[in-house]
Amino acid sequence: MSSEDNKKKSIEDKLTTIKYNCDSESHLVINRELCKNCESRCCTYICPAKVYTYDEEKDIINVDYENCLECGACRIACPLNAIDWNYPKAGCGVIYKQS
Amino acid sequence: MEENQTQKFDVIVVGAGPAGVAAAVSAARGGARVLLVERSSFAGTKNMIGGAVFLSALKQIFPNAWEQAPVERYINKHTWSLLSDNSSVDISCDFPQNPKSASIFRSKFDSWLVEKAKEEGVYFAPSTLVKKLIKKNGCFCGVETELERIEADIIILADGVNSLLARKYGLRYDYEAKDTVLSIKETIKLSKEIIEERFNIEKGSKNGAARNFLGGLKLENAPFALGFLYTYTDSISLGLGVNLEDLSRYGLNPSDLLEKLKEHPVVKPLIQDGQMLEYSAHLIPEGGYKKLPKLCENGIMLAGDAAGFVNAIHFEGTNFAFISGKLAGETALAAIKIKDYSKKTLKLYEKKLKQSFVLKDLKSYQNVMRNLYSRTNSLMNYYPKAASKFFKIFSGASCIPKRDEFREFIVDFVKGRSIRELLKDAWAFIISIFGVLK
Repeated sequence: MSSEDNKKKSIEDKLTTIKYNCDSESHLVINRELCKNCESRCCTYICPAKVYTYDEEKDIINVDYENCLECGACRIACPLNAIDWNYPKAGCGVIYKQS
Repeated sequence: MEENQTQKFDVIVVGAGPAGVAAAVSAARGGARVLLVERSSFAGTKNMIGGAVFLSALKQIFPNAWEQAPVERYINKHTWSLLSDNSSVDISCDFPQNPKSASIFRSKFDSWLVEKAKEEGVYFAPSTLVKKLIKKNGCFCGVETELERIEADIIILADGVNSLLARKYGLRYDYEAKDTVLSIKETIKLSKEIIEERFNIEKGSKNGAARNFLGGLKLENAPFALGFLYTYTDSISLGLGVNLEDLSRYGLNPSDLLEKLKEHPVVKPLIQDGQMLEYSAHLIPEGGYKKLPKLCENGIMLAGDAAGFVNAIHFEGTNFAFISGKLAGETALAAIKIKDYSKKTLKLYEKKLKQSFVLKDLKSYQNVMRNLYSRTNSLMNYYPKAASKFFKIFSGASCIPKRDEFREFIVDFVKGRSIRELLKDAWAFIISIFGVLK
């Protein structure tokens, strides 16, 4: 496993400790046209839940909104303002119990 | 809540955290009909706190009930550590009799706050997401949820750091990455006995400890980051707050940084054999006084994180939330009394904030974070390493003449950093202190 894979695995393990009530549709909508011009793709590394991953083959960013911790970091960090960031529907999303 | 089409309240508070509850309960105590709405099913389940809530503020909101609040441990022991690559230089204080804060889990604590507010007549609507605000004749006068419209004379936004509503209606600009800290943490299970032993806590007591870590991330280009640890009854939290701009700039993932902190030889034994219970993340607004939003407009006020009320250097946020919420609630009452909800009347909120520590502290601390941030490398790398070197000489009998060792230390200290940089560090320190005291 590459170190990048290891890191992804480490976050996946952490996410298994969290309870979610998953929304049926994504509360995070990205503008893929804008993303194509993005040089930093900082969403792919600053997100504490690794919600955003870059698919090199298709040249697109994938969004695993189900893992989102609703912190809002991606929204503020995105240099192109390409993320339409909303809250999940009422009662949906992350449910912290011991934080 | 009553089931009819034209629901009308005196006050609607959006967000059931410390600011929202304080606002709601303060208005309800004066006889106002208050609705408190919360997007999650249970208050506190969207929230994360490093660890502790300040008791002085909690007492002001619930003078009779505060002792029943579900707290984990009373934090009376604080330790600040400068971490070099493999050592630590600490300073500690211990107040065994008079704790100022208590560690909490937000889901339990915030739910308790809401229960108390309900007992005092506040109507609570969980699982309610406000999508829009209603504005008539230039005055905010209600909310639109996913399901219905609810009207009110006054809206108090206490919907947290991301406050989408405040941005949507032009009450504030978005925070910039440089003014924002991403905080992540892990709650780690450890037995009561182990916690008492590791953190030198009196057996069987409700006392607890908090630790902060500066440095120790073993990165040449270290981000501005501060580690924290709090003890709960039978678990601890270990986390890290990192400047968001630095994460982007240096291509870092916050979870990887926390892993580095967990591997530090001083931190590792503190969490040894612990089992991770929960991972969490939250943003902290640190723009402070210079990035204040419009605190009020016709029919609306902003409180807590939604207004950016945080004094990062002292880890203060919940106290700002409680007190700003209380002042917003009291202002709402004054406005209801004279039936004038215009900005002119609600300016009283701003006046009250200015008279309290909320705006006084934000003002006097307005440059401190920026000064420290401008000296990131000094704080994260240079001084922790220098402190470590000094104490290695001071405490480690190396059978080398002390004069030689100390001379070498001084030469290294000056050589390792140009006089210009040292002066810049000193200047940043002096103007920060002066800014607070002047």
